[in-house]
Amino acid sequence: MQCQICGKAPACVHYTEIVNDKMTELHVCEKCAEERGLHGVLGKDKLSISGPLVWMMDSMTSTEEDKVGNVQCPACGMRYSTFKETARLGCALCYEAFHSQLRPVLRRVHGSTRHCGKSPGKDSVKYARRREIQELQDELEKVIQREEFELAAELRDKIKKMETSFSRRRKGTPKP
Amino acid sequence: MTSLQEMVKRPGSWLNGSGPHADKILSTRLRLARNLKNVPFPGRARPEQLSQVLPSVVAASKKSSSFSELLVLRSSEMVKSDRQFLVERHLISHDFAEDSKVGALIIGTDESSSIMINEEDHLRIQVLCSGLQLAGALKLVDKIDEELDASLEYAFSDELGYLTSCPTNVGTGMRASVLIHFPSLVLTRQISKVLQGITQVGLAVRGFYGEGSEIMGNFFQISNQTTLGLTEKETITSLERVTNQIMEYETKAMEVLLKDARTQIEDKVWRAYGTLKYCKILTSRELISLISAVRFGISLGLSGLCDIAAVNELLILTQPSHIQKLAGREMASAERNVMRAEIVHEKLKTKQ
Repeated sequence: MQCQICGKAPACVHYTEIVNDKMTELHVCEKCAEERGLHGVLGKDKLSISGPLVWMMDSMTSTEEDKVGNVQCPACGMRYSTFKETARLGCALCYEAFHSQLRPVLRRVHGSTRHCGKSPGKDSVKYARRREIQELQDELEKVIQREEFELAAELRDKIKKMETSFSRRRKGTPKP
Repeated sequence: MTSLQEMVKRPGSWLNGSGPHADKILSTRLRLARNLKNVPFPGRARPEQLSQVLPSVVAASKKSSSFSELLVLRSSEMVKSDRQFLVERHLISHDFAEDSKVGALIIGTDESSSIMINEEDHLRIQVLCSGLQLAGALKLVDKIDEELDASLEYAFSDELGYLTSCPTNVGTGMRASVLIHFPSLVLTRQISKVLQGITQVGLAVRGFYGEGSEIMGNFFQISNQTTLGLTEKETITSLERVTNQIMEYETKAMEVLLKDARTQIEDKVWRAYGTLKYCKILTSRELISLISAVRFGISLGLSGLCDIAAVNELLILTQPSHIQKLAGREMASAERNVMRAEIVHEKLKTKQ
């Protein structure tokens, strides 16, 4: 079998990649594998997730590229255009700075934009409360869809009550 | 653990074949990506900012029971062969081995827990267990995470969870993977169909060394793809369910093979075993395929072969940097191939 990149040397590196349930096979010679970073054990991986990720972002924001490319993180100075090239953010605050641009990316990659897992111990009380409210809100949406308005009103009141006690707590006032 | 040299002789406990389904599942690996709140991610931070990370993580990990005995290795002090050795050991990534200048590795008591410092994220906490032990591994990594959390301030947001350098890890920051060996599905040519099915349920398939590596000797790695929108528990449950299902397919395929071609299969296993025991020159690639055949024989229950621990250990201990570390010098590949054959003979002699 000949190398699928240069078409000259015999293919000796065989690479299978499965992305979005599409399987691609690539048969290349040693030299081309080296150039493309495809060489198994010792190799650096360049066909990793960052490839498709970059592509995904391109396909979504190309029309407004000029507008969003220059958005900059106030904390570390990273520009959105740099993130698009590297698929790596600069610091924790980049997530806020690029919030609206990242949302569709996260939805594509993870199918979700909300964390459901554990949280650091120090935050866990606050976090658990917020999740509880979030769950009630989800329930409320479902109830409204089913047109059970009486139940919806009950849930709405409950959420309101929780939210006020939550914000009061955050201000440091003890619960009445 | 006091040094790399000591590690050469002793394989990590995750290879000892003691875990559930160890004949089909080599190991379970869990890693958590974590970052410190006030330091930019490693790709962006200045060297002097990154140099704060290691001392604070070392101080925090000393309070963790998994790191009561620990070995700290700085990438600035590692020579090339050390780095390759640690990749072979599944303790650092290729990227870390090639690029890291300000990175470090903290290894716990028996290599089942380790923390890679300043790779893509400030911390990559890793737990390795023998066989299929996702729940056990989660419990262990969770405990380490909480112990470290007590003294470190992690970058975290209520909405997006643990914040990571690459948005593909944000949320739980957790990657769970199982290293599986399914020769019957390969022999009966059903594997690509099975692997395609895996990707449809949001899991990824990779080779022996994880991301970007090639599939060799019927060894595959299955891992979760997403980290946002699922709890840690849900993530491992779905991986476990899929792993169990493929394991069932493998068992069925194995039964078919035994019914139709028992003698041919046994012949393949014993030829592989004979070659391992008596050959004089052995390349890595040949070793992996022979080991795969012997492993197959063990899971078929053929008597007279070595045990699972021996084949697992050979897979790790006969890799190029391991051989050179054992010899204490650099060797050309032809020379390594001779020494590899000798190591295998020794192991199979003592393991019977």
